[in-house]
Amino acid sequence: MIISVASGKGGTGKTTVATNLALSVPNAQILDCDVEEPNSHIFIKPEIKSKEYVFIPVPKVNEAKCDGCGKCQEVCAYNAIAVVNKKVLIFPELCHGCGSCSYFCPQHAIKEVNKEIGFVETGKKRDLLFTQGKLNIGEAMSPPVIKAVKKHINSAQVNIIDAPPGTSCPVITAIKKSDFCILVTEPTPFGLNDLILAVEVLRKLSISFGVVINRSDLGDRKTDDYCRKENIAVLMKIPFKKEIASAYSKGIPAVEQFPEYKQRFKDLFNLINEK
Amino acid sequence: MKICITSQGDSLDSQVDSRFGRCQYFIIADTESSEFEAIENSNVSGMGGVGVQSGQFMAERAVRAVLTGNVGPNAFRVLQTAGINVITGVSGVVKTAIERYNKGELKPIQDPSVDSKFGMPGMGKT
Repeated sequence: MIISVASGKGGTGKTTVATNLALSVPNAQILDCDVEEPNSHIFIKPEIKSKEYVFIPVPKVNEAKCDGCGKCQEVCAYNAIAVVNKKVLIFPELCHGCGSCSYFCPQHAIKEVNKEIGFVETGKKRDLLFTQGKLNIGEAMSPPVIKAVKKHINSAQVNIIDAPPGTSCPVITAIKKSDFCILVTEPTPFGLNDLILAVEVLRKLSISFGVVINRSDLGDRKTDDYCRKENIAVLMKIPFKKEIASAYSKGIPAVEQFPEYKQRFKDLFNLINEK
Repeated sequence: MKICITSQGDSLDSQVDSRFGRCQYFIIADTESSEFEAIENSNVSGMGGVGVQSGQFMAERAVRAVLTGNVGPNAFRVLQTAGINVITGVSGVVKTAIERYNKGELKPIQDPSVDSKFGMPGMGKT
């Protein structure tokens, strides 16, 4: 089973929900796919056991063979190549590693070489398995790292994916093939605006989903009204409590500080399992 | 000699566009004959690599200099390799910019004037 936790708006509580859920259900694995700034480890505190590097293929030109025809520039969909004065300029940070340039080069002058863009670490905290990806600083292309994290999904387990914020490629890559997606939101105008965008994405991807409203006693009723109108299940509400925020700031998951939350997250899992 | 001025409109009375890769129009002007051509920039809302693409376009049009507000590192690398002079900090009316260039008042730069993504919507424009 794969449950992803996404949000639209950042800072609504994805990691709070993902880590507490992972700590509350048996036979679980948490996969931190927010590879630009993975932070589940702060709450899980796993013992890291392995590290593997993630590479993407980028073009390298053999200048002795290249006649500067410009075909590579023409076929590159990502503007990662310029050819001026018969000289090929490559911009690796724009490259998506699709391989079109080397495939179409009439002179066979382009070879793809591996460029490291990040890494994946795996580990454990008691029975909970832990996997996280980290994109190297300065790299823009997070989906290959997210895909490398998702290779560690084990179908015999409850896999909980902590997704990046937003609604673009990294989010799609992270939540694709999930059995269920939890959308974490907050009852503010920004929270609702971005929730609506995220709902559109999930409907397009045909993934079942429900909403968790964090800091539910702040803001207004518009998020509730929207969910009712759209027939979206509100699975859980987490109140705005200083004690929860205080524990969070120390890296202590709510379920460890407040045992009653363990049951609440178990209930959340059971609710999803029934759907 | 052909030069290019990034422009917000399609005439010589338009304002210089402060962005290179994402400018509205490229005005390609002949410094001797005062003839010009305005080309709508198809890269305005491109996802990425627009500096590279616009730089490539300048090389294809064989311009000798680019007059604009700012140029990022990728576009600068393309323009420099193509041997095109890059003049940044240009503002005001296109026609005046051409006149100033002809008088030799504008000097090329040796380094990009802004970082990548500067011309993206919502980023700091000058």
